[in-house]
Amino acid sequence: MAIPASRPNLNWRERAFLPAIVSGLFITWRHFVRYIFGRTKVTIQYPEQTRDADLPDYYRGTPALVKDEQGRIRCVACQLCEFICPPRAIKILPGEIPTDDRFAKVEKYPEEFDIDMIRCIYCGMCEEVCPEQAIFLRKDYVVTGFTREEMVHRKDKLLEIGGVMHGVVLKWNDKK
Amino acid sequence: MPNETTSPPQSVNVQIDGVWHQFPKGTRVIEACEQAGKYVPRYCYHKKLSSPGNCRMCLIEMGMPKMGPDRKPELGGDGKPTINWMPRPQICCAQDVSEGMGVRTTSPLVEECRRGVMEFLLINHPLDCPICDQAGECRLQEFSVEYGNQGSRFLENKVKKPKNVELGPRVTLDDERCILCSRCIRFCQEIAHDDVLGFIDRGSHTVLTAHPGKRLENNYSLNTVDICPVGALTSTDFRFKMRVWFLKETKSFCTSCATGCNTLIGSREDVIHRQTPRENNDVNSSWMCDYGRLKFKYVDSDRRLLEPRVLQNDKLTATDWKRAIANVALQLKHFGGWNIAIIASGRMTNEEMWLTSRIAKSLGTQWIDIVPHRGPGDDILLSEDRNPNTNGAKLLGLTSEPGAMIPKMVEAIKSGSLRALVVLCENPLELGLTADELRNLPAFITMSISQNESTDLSTAVLPSSAFAEKRGSMINGDGRLQRLNRAVRPPGNARDDWEILRDLLQALTDSNGVYTIDDVFRQMSEAIPQLAGLSLTKVGDLGLQLVNIDESPAPPRAPKEDDIELAEAKRPPGR
Repeated sequence: MAIPASRPNLNWRERAFLPAIVSGLFITWRHFVRYIFGRTKVTIQYPEQTRDADLPDYYRGTPALVKDEQGRIRCVACQLCEFICPPRAIKILPGEIPTDDRFAKVEKYPEEFDIDMIRCIYCGMCEEVCPEQAIFLRKDYVVTGFTREEMVHRKDKLLEIGGVMHGVVLKWNDKK
Repeated sequence: MPNETTSPPQSVNVQIDGVWHQFPKGTRVIEACEQAGKYVPRYCYHKKLSSPGNCRMCLIEMGMPKMGPDRKPELGGDGKPTINWMPRPQICCAQDVSEGMGVRTTSPLVEECRRGVMEFLLINHPLDCPICDQAGECRLQEFSVEYGNQGSRFLENKVKKPKNVELGPRVTLDDERCILCSRCIRFCQEIAHDDVLGFIDRGSHTVLTAHPGKRLENNYSLNTVDICPVGALTSTDFRFKMRVWFLKETKSFCTSCATGCNTLIGSREDVIHRQTPRENNDVNSSWMCDYGRLKFKYVDSDRRLLEPRVLQNDKLTATDWKRAIANVALQLKHFGGWNIAIIASGRMTNEEMWLTSRIAKSLGTQWIDIVPHRGPGDDILLSEDRNPNTNGAKLLGLTSEPGAMIPKMVEAIKSGSLRALVVLCENPLELGLTADELRNLPAFITMSISQNESTDLSTAVLPSSAFAEKRGSMINGDGRLQRLNRAVRPPGNARDDWEILRDLLQALTDSNGVYTIDDVFRQMSEAIPQLAGLSLTKVGDLGLQLVNIDESPAPPRAPKEDDIELAEAKRPPGR
């Protein structure tokens, strides 16, 4: 079924288009002049200047592992992020926490945790799926390296980026 | 309509969710519901074990036909008996079907019961699914999706119980996760005949434990891990290794003894992580022994042979397959049949044995036998014969009595009358031969999975595949033809055994018309009457019982006459 579109009724000035073209050119000219005199800044001098302070809260940078206030690596190697990761960037080798450890009751931890940052697409699914609030997309976005090997973030690197996360649920604390 | 004329005497009419079905007498109601497509959730019920009815998850509404004053069922408008529903729910796992019984599996009362049972079970259950190995195949997880509450109304402290308890050398117990279904206890009593598990204490504090001073260390202990509906019993070997949802499950069977228990091989990215039994009521019911279950580590060993190697300048040098096969064929062609011996293995598949026997024919040697492997058996599953395919070797004419010829062979090698030795998947050093005697052999060819002392002494080494890396068939101790499927790829340049033997046969006889493993099976089925009309596909997942397997070894069809003539013609005259 054809739907009749409502068209605006143009007067003769609007139908001529010339006034609109002239006013458009005027705006362009105004920007040009401002730019010439340095009053408009289109770019910033990255990397000397950055906009890190202005990044929104929902910004998705590199994924990283976090520790909680007690210094425990939150990850328990459940491998759900490895499962959900669309580009298969994550690789985890689970291990058992020794019985004399402070956090022995958690039983399981990641022996190795690799994220291949060449593969990572910053989708944030790992953060979303994590049942332990252990992996978060941080605001770091500078991931560089000369070799493929350097582009793989190992557990140490991920923990370094992640740092300490405050305000997460400490569910293993009052675990029976 | 239920009466003797419409239903056979041994079956009864049962109404399940409004539909009338017929079941044989003695069927459990829970099984009847499952057969009718109405799966009833259960924890404690296992069809191979007795029914204690202690989890209460399988509560259903049940009714019996309404009897008139004449003690005959009253019939409703549809000509079927009217059902008198019992006011309270019943468990369906410990109840047999009876004539005119009515069952409701989806009524509001039943759903409410299931939700109630789930809430009780989850009161003390820890919320540690992220670290629990059962996650992904956990009944409690599955049913709490269907009947669980979002939150817990339980405000009190959860009961503390022992965690990480070593029940035995292969089983670890987490008592907090246990839902007291008693499946493991019943398994140990009824199947393993080793009554070591039991519950102690009362109420919420009931814990599963081994008898003081005893351990769960029988050879069937890991089956308790399989039947545990939750993550209470975990395999110490598989614990924390891999999440189950990553595992690719390949239908196969265990090759550790002649029983051939049907298995699922759980592998991920060419690494085998576990083996679990697969139900086959003609072979292993639902169980398998720990000995066979854990015997897969050698597949991923560091000693695996990765490249074919041939002796060059007194050194085993890696080469490609084409050169290796040509080299082996050349080595063998130097000798007459009376100089060559073949030590085959009862661990080879039928296809490999068939090609081996053809190679033996084309070489003209009578010196061929398999090595017997025996160990203590039991009357549950484990067989004394640790060769998975002794029957195949007999049927395909490799041997009439396994190992009978081996001592003579060893003697002939020691005396120097046997000058070429082909060893397939065995270690001749275990047969009484010394390293020097092997070193002095002009031709000593081994096909092996992993490196051992004898492969280092060979003049040619052909790396082959383990049971999980190839397709093929074997005949178990009861004469059942079963099929192996490939779960993982062989490492490096190792190849399927049958391909190696096919190429070797081709190098010895020019052409053999074998391109796929199905071709090999076709040749076998044409030659062996017991295999007539079969193919690898027809073997199926559960195998096929062969008839007349106990008859004296069927004379294998001789290779085509021209094959032998061709081989004879090609042999150098001065052999």
